[in-house]
Parts: sequence; structure tokens; C-alpha cells
Amino acid sequence: MSLIHIAWRNFCHRALSSFLTTFSLALGVGLVVLVLSIYGVISEAFTRNASVGYNLVVGPKGSPLQLTLNSVFYLSQPIENLPYTEYMEFLPQDERAAMVNQFGGDPALAERDGRYAPYIAGGFAIPLALGDYFGEFRVVGTTPDFFTKLKHGPDVNEDFTFSEGRAFRDFSPEHSYFEAVVGARVANEMKVNLGDKFYPTHGDPSGHGHELGFTVVGILDPTGTPNDRAAFVNLEGFYLMDGHAKPVEKAEQSETNDENILDEAIDAEESNETQPTTDAAPSANTSASKDASKVSPDGTMSDATSDSTANSTDARRPDEYRLLSIPEREVTSILIRNGNIMFAPGMQNAINEGIRSQAAAPIGEINKLMNLIVGPLMTALLVITGITCAVAAVGILVSIYNSMNDRRRDIAIMRALGARRSTVTSIIVFESFQVALIGTIAGWLLAHAAIVMYSGQIEDQTGVQVGFFTTSNYEILVLPLVLVLALIAALLPAWAAYRTDVGSNLSA
Amino acid sequence: MTKLLDIKQLKKSFSQPEGGRLVVLDIPEFQIKQGEQVALIGQSGGGKTTLLHLIAGLLAPDQGSIRIAGIETNGLSEQGRDRFRAETIGYVFQTFNLLPAFTAIENVRLGMAFGSGKHQHARAADLLERVGLKDRFNYRPSQLSVGQQQRVAIARSLAGRPKLLLADEPTANVDPSSAASVLELIRDTCREEDVSLLTVTHDMQIASSFDRIEKLDEINQVDHSAASSA
Repeated sequence: MSLIHIAWRNFCHRALSSFLTTFSLALGVGLVVLVLSIYGVISEAFTRNASVGYNLVVGPKGSPLQLTLNSVFYLSQPIENLPYTEYMEFLPQDERAAMVNQFGGDPALAERDGRYAPYIAGGFAIPLALGDYFGEFRVVGTTPDFFTKLKHGPDVNEDFTFSEGRAFRDFSPEHSYFEAVVGARVANEMKVNLGDKFYPTHGDPSGHGHELGFTVVGILDPTGTPNDRAAFVNLEGFYLMDGHAKPVEKAEQSETNDENILDEAIDAEESNETQPTTDAAPSANTSASKDASKVSPDGTMSDATSDSTANSTDARRPDEYRLLSIPEREVTSILIRNGNIMFAPGMQNAINEGIRSQAAAPIGEINKLMNLIVGPLMTALLVITGITCAVAAVGILVSIYNSMNDRRRDIAIMRALGARRSTVTSIIVFESFQVALIGTIAGWLLAHAAIVMYSGQIEDQTGVQVGFFTTSNYEILVLPLVLVLALIAALLPAWAAYRTDVGSNLSA
Repeated sequence: MTKLLDIKQLKKSFSQPEGGRLVVLDIPEFQIKQGEQVALIGQSGGGKTTLLHLIAGLLAPDQGSIRIAGIETNGLSEQGRDRFRAETIGYVFQTFNLLPAFTAIENVRLGMAFGSGKHQHARAADLLERVGLKDRFNYRPSQLSVGQQQRVAIARSLAGRPKLLLADEPTANVDPSSAASVLELIRDTCREEDVSLLTVTHDMQIASSFDRIEKLDEINQVDHSAASSA
């Protein structure tokens, strides 16, 4: 008969006490495993979110963390807006010229490459316009490039795919400029189907609704990124909604001032630093076009006179809308991916040295967020749950130690049968280990059962799939740590067993 | 017959709460031969149980020699005495001292658990059959009668194939009608296993059936009657 068998018999003999002690330990271990699992899920979610497919986010000066939060996670409020010309600084001359031609604006803008265009070097710059909501979800005004150029997934090589429909277009005959694509979670929670039309609300989820609606033409497959909880609308349609046009006079004045300052800055910097490959940007010290550009998708001018914000229907012909001129346009942020990642630091420095915008590396900001906020929070939770385990270990001590009075006779009998002091001590330690082992396994099972119960919601919220056997990095350490705690808890009763006097207890 | 137990100049005393030491045993000489069955009688508090504990190595003597099967137990370390006890000595207690958490057969197996016994289950089953508990293997002590419990205790004491069985008033807690059969069982089993037996008893009728009767008052030089009257 092994000592473990003897310890097990003792465990079973005090069934209620053993069960309660084990159960309290299981709860403690369950909490620890739960916290570790949640930490694992959050880390995984952050890691996924860090795999955003772009390496820089450009926005107005301010907190880079806030810029990351609102542009990557669609959380928090946008800092401010940038003039559209700032976005154009990332584009080559031909694209800038096409924009000037299509939307109207300072002709000088069409005469040079964007200041930062050489850094892009085969990458992309995608504008985002934020500020509206669809229910609780952010409406993101962007271009179709978002779905064709951005990648996602752990290796950032997965294209966006659609469970239904397609990406929106700049203009479509059926829905004009008002097409939308919704993320998987938005579609699920807002019960959106293809062909449905929604009307974004302005400023906050309970703000007033815009009169122009967007027709859903695509529903994204789940990506496990914040894009699952965003509604993407065509940027041109976004601009056409009431209140989204920057007042022309203000825009003009702002543009002029900004351009002046920017040009001075460019001139100063060009004399000091070398860009990867670029021609000197010509001065663009001109006023913005005041012409109300009423253009069709092909960029041809028309003489339509209707006010875009005064009409609530999107069934009109494209030439019936007056697309905003460049001075009237603003973007909240710009997602940048450098074709050559070596250019990223130089580009970030160049942007940050300017007066208007900042460039934040989302991975760095996400890691800072993890380290500054989530990490300490999880550590605090771990400490609390660790204390819970320690309390449970004290429970083992109390349970076994209290039983020692009843067991001294048993120990004396075993000693009389030839058991050594070390043998009876080992039996006590084994008993404590049994409580620890069963408690740990039960706690692990409880925690993982709870995780599986909420796996659907976890996947919806974070995109992270969790199964019963999905373990976090540190879970493997739980059992050894609990065994150490159990050993410590067993020391006192084991010492009492070691010192048990055989003679007096045999005749008791 | 060779000497199985050979005690010489054995002394044992205990410290007293008020200071000083109370000498309990002072035995110049005491022997038991191989296979011999000896009844030890004496007054209560006379040191009979202490003598059994000393022989079993549960207590260490102040001085003197206890030699069992040619081995001087007083010279062994505590661990050595534990192992020697597990392999050489069987013990039947007055109150049976079965472990309540274990079944009958497990209690018997415990008698071999701390020695080098092999085939524990078969040996335990065989012993339980011999003491008439073939159908009580998996009963816990609380589910057995007093007589049955004592039979389990006897089986356990012999499980490790001891050379010497110490029985401390084994019939004190069984009814008189069962006492004789319990004692007969112990004696018969000891004969079958060629085990020497030292039984403490108050019952002269029972003692008279043994090979030899030893009165502790006669082998112990400490006068307990004088101590108690003083």
C-alpha cells in the first residue's frame, strides 16, 4: 500500500472538510486561470490589432495614443481634423493633379509631388474621416483602397473578404456616392443585410441623424480587428453629408495660412535634410478655388446648382451632386504604409518636425498602452487572485492542522506498525498535495468551462477564438506554484505529525 | 530453543511534573524463546505496557539491553528501530487501534506497508480468511463488531510475518465468551507462523494456558506497591 493511497484514504475519510478545502482552492485557482486567460486574450487581441497593415498613423498634433485609439481602435474622440491638402502631401504629382482636376482647388497643388510622397515608395496612404456613428459603432469615411490595399492577420497578408457583397465604389450607378460596407460585428448586432440603408448620426451615437443614407453593399468576414465593429462609407458620400464641409472662407484662410507656414517649413527643412528621392516642392501660395465644383465621377465639371446638403435623396445622377472642393475637405487621419520600411523613421521624423501633423507608430502606442495601463491592471488582478490562492492555501493548513487532533492516534498506530517519522510526515504532505492537485485541476476546468461558455462573446468582442484547451503562457506555472503553496501549508501539520508521541497517543 | 528476546539490566524512568524522575522498570533479566508463548501479568500501572513499548522500540530505555532475534535494538537508530519493528514485531492493542479510514483488508495491509512485505493483498486476504472474516474484506471498522475488529487487529499484527507478537490485553475489550476464542486464535496463528508471543493479561485463567507465566512484580525490581502506598 503506497503512501499516496494512505493519504487518499485520509482525504476521503474527511470528505466534507476535504471537499470544502479543495473547493476553496479550486475557486482561487479558477480565478487565477481566468485572469491569465483574459490577459492572454487581451494580449492576443492587442497583437492582432497591432497587425493593422500599416506602420504609421498621421493625424493632427496632439496625443499619439489618442490618435492611435481613434484611428486604429475607433475609440475615443478624434483630436481634430487635417486639411485634405495634408493628405495630398503623401501623393505623387499625377494623383494630386487628378484631384485638383476632379474636385477643384489651388492649381499649384497639381504642380508638384506631395512632400512625403517619396517616402511612400510603393506603399499607400489611405484617408480616414471620423465623427459619425451608426448605432454604437463608428462610421469611417474612407476610400475603396482601404479594402484593396490594407491587409490583416497575424502575418499581415490576408485580404479583406466579404461574407456577402463587395467593397463600396467611389461611385456606382445604383447608389451614387452612398455605398457602405459594414464589419462583421456591426452586421450581426445591427441586424444589417445587403441592400439596407442606414443614416449615420452626427457626433455621438445619440446625435441627430444625417439626411443622407448609405446603402450596405458589403459585409466583411470577421477579422478579429477593430474593423469588425466599424461601418465604412465612401469618403465622397461622407463629405456630402450636411455639416461635413469645411466652410469655404474659413477653409481658404486656414489653407492659406497653413500653406504659408508649411512652405516655410519645407524650405527650411529642404536646406537641412535630404529626402529619399524627390524634387523640391513648388510653392503653393494660392487661394483655394471658390468655385462650387459639381462634378461627376469621371471628374468632368458640370453646372449643376443643387446643394448637396439640401437633398435627402441619393437617387439623383452623379452630376447632380456638388463634390466638395479640396479646401472644403478634411480628413481625421491618414493610414500610411511605406513600401520600404526603412523610410518609415525618416518619414515619421519629418512629419513630427512639422507644425501641423504628427505621425504615430500604432504598434509602439499599442505596446505603450499595454505596458502602461493593461499590464499593471492585469498585474493587480493577478496579485489579488494570487492572494486568494494564498488564502486557500491557509485553508489547507487550517483544515489539516485542525484534523491533527483526531489523527494523532492514527499516526501513533502507523508508527507502531513500523512507519518512520518521515513516513507519517510524507503522508501529511501528500494529502496537502492531493488537495492542491485536485483543486488546481478543478479550478482549471472551472475557469476554462467559463471561458468556453463566453467564447462566442469573446470572439465577437476581440476576434480571438478561444477553446477549452486554449491556454495562456503562464498557466503552466499555476500547478507548480500551488504545489509549493500546498507544501508550505503542509509544513506545520507535518511538523506536528513528526513530533507525535507514540506511547501517549496509542493509549489515549 | 534459542532465545528470541533477551533483556538485560533494563531500566526506564519518566520525568515527573514536579521534578525528578519516576523509575518504572528495572528488569535485570528477561527472556523469551523462539516460538514460546508467555503470559505477563501484573497490577495496573506496573509498567506492563511500558515494557511492551520498550521491546517494540516505541520507547528508548534509559539503560540496558534488548536483543531480539540476535539484534541489539537499543543500538539502532530511530529509523532502524522503525524498520526493525515493521519487519520483526507484531503488536495487538487493547483497543484494537484499527484505522477508521481504511477497510478491513486495508488495515491488514497497513501491517505490511512500512516493511518489505510483498504480495500484500494475497497475504492480507489469507490472514483475514484464517481469522474468519472472509466476507468482511471491504468493511470499515465502524461496520464490524468488536470481536471482528479484534480479529482484524490480530490479522494485521501478523501480516508482516513478525518473529515476536506483543499483545497488550487483547481480550480486555471483548466479551468474556469471546475472549477465550480470540486468545485461542492469536495462539493458534502464532503457532502456525512460528511466532513467539508475549501477552499481557489480568486473567489468570487465560494466563494459565500459556507455556509460561511471568509476573512483572517478580521480574521488575521497582516496588510499585510501595510507591503507590507512599
